[in-house]
Amino acid sequence: MKKELKLTVNGQPYELYVNPKTLLVQVLRDHIGLTGSKRGCNDSSCGACTVVLNGMAVKSCSILAMQANGAEVLTVEGLADGAKLHPLQKAFLDHGAFQCGFCTSGMLMASRALLEENPKPTKEQIKEGIDGNICRCTGYNSIIRAVTAVVKGEYKEAK
Amino acid sequence: MIKDFEYFAPKTLKEALTLLDKYQDEGKIICGGQSLLILMRQGLVAPKYLIDIKGLSELNYIKDAKEGLRLGATTTHRAIEKSPLIQKKYSVLAEMERRLASIQTRNWGSIGGNVCHGDPAGDPAPVLMALNATLTTTSLKGERNMAVEDFCLDYFETALKPGELLTEIQIPAVPPRTGTAYTKFNVIESDLATVGVAVSVTLGSGDGVCQEVRIALGASAPTPMRAKKAEAVLKGKKLTDNLLAEAGEVASTEAEPISDIYASAEYRRELVKVLVRRVAKEALARAKA
Repeated sequence: MKKELKLTVNGQPYELYVNPKTLLVQVLRDHIGLTGSKRGCNDSSCGACTVVLNGMAVKSCSILAMQANGAEVLTVEGLADGAKLHPLQKAFLDHGAFQCGFCTSGMLMASRALLEENPKPTKEQIKEGIDGNICRCTGYNSIIRAVTAVVKGEYKEAK
Repeated sequence: MIKDFEYFAPKTLKEALTLLDKYQDEGKIICGGQSLLILMRQGLVAPKYLIDIKGLSELNYIKDAKEGLRLGATTTHRAIEKSPLIQKKYSVLAEMERRLASIQTRNWGSIGGNVCHGDPAGDPAPVLMALNATLTTTSLKGERNMAVEDFCLDYFETALKPGELLTEIQIPAVPPRTGTAYTKFNVIESDLATVGVAVSVTLGSGDGVCQEVRIALGASAPTPMRAKKAEAVLKGKKLTDNLLAEAGEVASTEAEPISDIYASAEYRRELVKVLVRRVAKEALARAKA
């Protein structure tokens, strides 16, 4: 039996009818069509599906969509301001902080949540902030460099 | 693939208990679902009725009472980790939470859900045992209180009866000259414990003799367990490095570990031996501080 689900994604309100077993990542990708959040391991290990839900980073493969009823969700598609990239996106580009790119949206969202909570994290705190996200190309150093550059204020003008 | 279920999001505890009472064994509580959804995806758990208590704000609290700390069952790991009250007065809880899974999981998962999952490798249970915590379960018939060790019955099995819900965790106020510490061994930082150890030590005033000691092991038996023989080695004695090492040896014989993809039983016993010694030493240092 389908249930009514109301949620806001990247500022846009949605009203859907979903089977209650539907996961948040499925609603985002298959129902709404925002395929930036990746469905990787599907068991909460890889973090590629990370989105920001009511200000917190969560793994959207491990949350029932119904649990996001009434919530505000931010996905990687909502990071940029129109054509203007988010400082983290610019920094990721400049530092080559991705190889295959599969983990990138999750890394960006985990980093976004980290910086909202703690704008001046240490290197250790940055590592901790992305420790729920796996990069199988093992490009961690460049990701940490990119986040560090944003922390240092090198992308302020991009805001 | 997750099997179909009927979904309820009760707004009050009473409503949740009424649903649980109605559906008994066919109903299942979900809070953060960080453990449950994995089992449901594997088809290991397939409830007909899923009762979602994530939104029950009346069970989401951290309260500082005269007799100790009270945690509502739906309180998230992250709220505990970041609570200034807990960081100050029950710091071992915050330290444990910081090592539990990833930030994403801690943001959504609840302490009550973790304990009810009954995984012997979970982080909270050994720490709660060392802190002498009590659990309150509630059903339409009333409340029951029990120690954490009485709640954890077997591998992924708890003392919860059909119709019952874990509602609160109480941690008694920490006595003076008490130190508590926790660590786990794991290969990947956000993984479960290969072995986890929590120790609490209370020293007597003046004489420095160990008055009370609680040693709890995770991932070392079908349930999180107290190493009571190892505790007996330390109780009533002045704690020396030799004695702490002896307690580690005894704990490793008391443990009943299994072999799995993470470690052999033999390796786990070795970890228990080493970690009990180390964690007891840290707890002792904190008790003296």
